[in-house]
Amino acid sequence: MIVANRKPLAEIREMVENCDKILILGCKGCVTVCNVGGAREVSILASILRIARKKEGRLLHVDEMTIERQCDPEYIEQVKDRVGQYDAVVSMACGVGPQFLSEAYPAQRFFPAVNTTFFGGAIQHGVWAERCAGCGTCIIHYFDGMCPIARCSKSLLHGPCGGSANGKCEISKEVDCIWDKIVRKKMEEGHLKDLLDPKPPKDWRTARDGGPRKSVREELVQ
Amino acid sequence: MAGCLEGECHFLTGNFKAKKRVQYVKKVLEELGIEPERVEMFNLSAGEGPRFAEIATEMTERIRELGPSPVKPQNAA
Amino acid sequence: MSELKSGSNLEKVLKAGHFAFTGECGPPKGANVEHLREKLSHLKGKVDAVNITDNQTAVVRMSSWAACAILIQEGLEPNFQMVCRDRNRLAIQSDILGAYALGVRNMLCLSGDHQTFGNHPQAKNVYDIDSMQLISLVKKMRDEQKFMNDEEIDVAPKLFIGAASNPFAEPFEFRVYRLAMKIDSGADFIQTQCIYNMQRFRGFMKRAVDMGLHERCYILAGITPMKSVGMAQYMAKAVPGMDVPESLIKRLRGAGKGKVAEEGIKFAVEQIQELKEMEGVAGVHLMAIEWEHRVPEIAERAGMLPRPKV
Repeated sequence: MIVANRKPLAEIREMVENCDKILILGCKGCVTVCNVGGAREVSILASILRIARKKEGRLLHVDEMTIERQCDPEYIEQVKDRVGQYDAVVSMACGVGPQFLSEAYPAQRFFPAVNTTFFGGAIQHGVWAERCAGCGTCIIHYFDGMCPIARCSKSLLHGPCGGSANGKCEISKEVDCIWDKIVRKKMEEGHLKDLLDPKPPKDWRTARDGGPRKSVREELVQ
Repeated sequence: MAGCLEGECHFLTGNFKAKKRVQYVKKVLEELGIEPERVEMFNLSAGEGPRFAEIATEMTERIRELGPSPVKPQNAA
Repeated sequence: MSELKSGSNLEKVLKAGHFAFTGECGPPKGANVEHLREKLSHLKGKVDAVNITDNQTAVVRMSSWAACAILIQEGLEPNFQMVCRDRNRLAIQSDILGAYALGVRNMLCLSGDHQTFGNHPQAKNVYDIDSMQLISLVKKMRDEQKFMNDEEIDVAPKLFIGAASNPFAEPFEFRVYRLAMKIDSGADFIQTQCIYNMQRFRGFMKRAVDMGLHERCYILAGITPMKSVGMAQYMAKAVPGMDVPESLIKRLRGAGKGKVAEEGIKFAVEQIQELKEMEGVAGVHLMAIEWEHRVPEIAERAGMLPRPKV
């Protein structure tokens, strides 16, 4: 899923500084799964903003709503009668949400309440880790299901580098050295020589380096 | 916030979860410029009447010293 | 290994069968050419080539190729270090051509320390290609006279290709295979990370020799003299992939106040003497960073002088 973290309160408060009436719009997709922008978090943020405002001796009218997703026109459509009623709408969806909303409703301001970070999954309850860099040319089958592009700090294709120590990356003890894992797995299986075949330099055109991407499924386009 | 003694929760982990949430709320209060001591987690068993009274008194005193909540509307409702 | 690949002094020294002795120098954190010249003056005539680091530990310094050009002006031979961290394949190929045009003949291909270590941690991460691919690239440019995209190069760079090896990084069992890969990719010479655990290094060299790697590539052992007990402890604890035996730290401590640096040099000299006799070791790479003025003494005591004229 796409993982995000709520922006610091000071930043969100500054965005809505000149607003008296806002809508906080949550999303039942990824941000619900990583407990950042679902119905509950919408409620919590609404509470926080009301309290913050009260403390200043002012009022902030906050409405709350959560829709299925904010990355599909059919759901964006659902809020068309509401969005105009506010000074601004705060979206708790990933970076896609506020952009889709802005495009659909150009007369309204849509603020991002979260910082979208990476593609990842839950490694334990409450902890999500990056797994995929969206490079557009998946090569994990060469590395026993592990991705060196996303999970090696240097995106090496012939690691580990000399900085790998105790299975950890040189940049931090909190970061596993994925190459240590890959090499050990291959050694365990007796397939070490798979790693001795040199890999050509990556074609980054399929990644964001090639420019903003689109994916078209001809058979579905009406 | 009062919860059972750690390890003795009827709901097994309810008190641990509550403790984490209290910590979260304290952090938010701090971010808002409100004293985090206004919220506190205490652990005691249902049979500890005197302890409960003690805690209630302690909290009341604490709040009295901190003063009225900065969030209370300027004009009383 | 019949015809000369680059004609560099280092290549000629190694080819003639001499025990090579290289040094290292970090460019200034500015355009302070005078300071660079001063550091270099200590190395002149004492080493076969001088490594010039490339934004070492991700700290911004004068570019390696520029410092290399200054070295050449001073009558020394540079070993141009390039990391993959800061530039993409366009800039890499471009810099290789530029460096060669300015007289550079040796090049060391490295991944580079991650920028979080350095003084500009906010920078964008490049790592378009890795060190293995960089080695292959330089070989392709030299031997096929082609760019990465197979276009012809208008006067191809003839470089003596170097790579780094850390015999003590993990997984330990894999390091010698990775070294073999670098040689397969085109490395003509290797400089290892600095060694303190001679026993473990002997084990590593034995494996390298068993695989015949020393016959296909010149392996130079890295040595860094310890200046203080603090330095030894820091390297033991805080530098990834570094193996500093407790016995060395004890020895340095035992030397007594004011005498630790001398003991560190003594140890380095002993190491060099042992390495001269170790099978498969073609030379020593002395990394006395910011201690260049002690290199002449170390070279003398280790019997590395005079340097061969080839």
